[in-house]
Amino acid sequence: MTSVVPPPATAVPARAREVPARRRPRRRGTAARRLLDVLAVLTALAWVFPVYWMINSAFLPTNRLRTPEPSFLPFGGTLSNFRRVLTDPSFYEAFKVSLAVTGLTLAAAILFAFVAALAISRFRFRGRKSFIVTVLVVQMIPAEGLFISQYQMLDTWQLVNSVVGLSIVYVAAVLPFTIWMLRGFVSGVPIELEEAAMMDGLSRTGAFFRITFPLLAPGLVASGVYGFLQAWNEYTLALVVMTDPAERTLPLWLQGLVEANRATDWGVVMAGAALITVPVILFFLFVQRRMSSGLVAGAVKG
Amino acid sequence: MSAPPAPATTAPAPPRPPHPATGSSPATPRRRQRPLRSRLGPYLLLVPALVPLAVGLGYPLVRQFVFSFQEYGLAQQFGRPAEWVGLDNYVTLLSDPYVWGVIARSIAFCLVNAALTMALGIALAVLMTRVGRAARITLQVGMLLAWGTPVLATMTVWQWLFDSQYGVVNWVLAGPLGMEGQRGHSWLIEPLSFYAVATVIVVWMSVPFVVFTVYAGLLQVPEECMEAAQLDGASSWQRLWGLALPMIKPVLFVVALLQVIWDLRVFTQIHVLQRAGAPTRETHLLGTYIYSLSKEFSMAGAMATIMLVITLLLTTAYIRRMLREEES
Repeated sequence: MTSVVPPPATAVPARAREVPARRRPRRRGTAARRLLDVLAVLTALAWVFPVYWMINSAFLPTNRLRTPEPSFLPFGGTLSNFRRVLTDPSFYEAFKVSLAVTGLTLAAAILFAFVAALAISRFRFRGRKSFIVTVLVVQMIPAEGLFISQYQMLDTWQLVNSVVGLSIVYVAAVLPFTIWMLRGFVSGVPIELEEAAMMDGLSRTGAFFRITFPLLAPGLVASGVYGFLQAWNEYTLALVVMTDPAERTLPLWLQGLVEANRATDWGVVMAGAALITVPVILFFLFVQRRMSSGLVAGAVKG
Repeated sequence: MSAPPAPATTAPAPPRPPHPATGSSPATPRRRQRPLRSRLGPYLLLVPALVPLAVGLGYPLVRQFVFSFQEYGLAQQFGRPAEWVGLDNYVTLLSDPYVWGVIARSIAFCLVNAALTMALGIALAVLMTRVGRAARITLQVGMLLAWGTPVLATMTVWQWLFDSQYGVVNWVLAGPLGMEGQRGHSWLIEPLSFYAVATVIVVWMSVPFVVFTVYAGLLQVPEECMEAAQLDGASSWQRLWGLALPMIKPVLFVVALLQVIWDLRVFTQIHVLQRAGAPTRETHLLGTYIYSLSKEFSMAGAMATIMLVITLLLTTAYIRRMLREEES
């Protein structure tokens, strides 16, 4: 797992300089250093504990969860919690809905954000600044204040309880940040590269697709995973738009599982939670570095 | 802030020629046509993004704003035309002390959470720059796992951790820490302890983002500056407060702004905890309160507009600053 957290110097985009992995505290007592190390590890453990607890509990049978003394290790555990979730047809239904909504959102958001990012970082035109401001301001709009209105709108168009309807509001929610992030990546690729390729005889389009586009691939992947995480994990809008139990997304399904089993069977609930968490964490580990450096790039660049 | 978020297209046709060095890329296959095509190019490229923004956010925003001045309830859903009532909805809401309670609680919750998240996040980012490689990677992996967990999964685990009968939190407090009164304690019944639980969860979820972003920012501070300051005799504490943090101010601003916005609109955590058995009326924040008004569209619209105004009031200073930076 450590391989996905490469030395942070590479996390600095484009015009990064060589930065040593850490600032050396001038041999000022290794004791102090060791103390900080211990503090860091303890913090890490505190932060990991809830995730560990989810997985630990998922492997424990009910009679070991409902004891005065918690079991801190899943020795002698069971797979029956997972079996119960995986034999439940509603899990697969929710999985399918989530997959469809996420796929649709992702495809639309990445494509639209990409061309918009190109426009604002490769062109100077009137209205460019107002567009950037719009993108920034739109992120401030509390979606949590809008959902009733969004529900009504979809309701008028018969798009409640529909994958398309939910995807429309998701795309709108994901776009601003995706544009902001991709803009940082696009302006990180110097236009001179393209121009040099054109001097060598490539057309402008050719230069773009042969030179710039491959350099943007990491940015596209990063924003793609960002969009994936948003759509996959979203709860609020799904709660409002998908009122029919047959159209539940995975988060809604998990909430249903909690409410059905609360105070009786936390093991099954934890197995459900673990099942929707694992793929997300894998994706996440893969991309987070680019996400935060993309944001920094967007923030630092003019 | 009632304007639909699509002002870019309303700008008049662009008389200015494109920047010489940054002509168009994919929209102009042939160079001969460049003048006209590249003038239209950027706008065409923005259209695909503007359409969903206008449909998914702009239109609902305008619609909700309009409804907030109308009497629009269940009867109107069945076809009765809505009546204009001016500011009545706002007057009704703002003359209700309960609504002011919700607003005050939301702002307090937002500021406390954003401040705690920023303080912890910056502290841990600085810590990351000062520990050995192994410790740093351990901390990074820990943060990533917390950050990556889907919010609903997070919520279910924390409910289990704070479970009154078999939860670990009560076990630790009652057992090893000897607080006998904690046995079987219900965390969600009392509003104050409800918010404490919500704060723990929100901070736990939000800190990793701050840590990674601030850490990435700190790495961008040129080493030469730090060394120069060191040669001038600045202690590492002085270098941090006097040099490194001021240099990454733009990053800190963006992150703090996002925290304030996110914590003001917090919904999922509060909603799920309420469903776990808390008294809803005493624990509503803006998001859940608007949700509870969903049967009265006009009221919900007015309340949402109020929430938008509060968001803007809390963030104008930041936005202005970002615009100034955008300008330079």
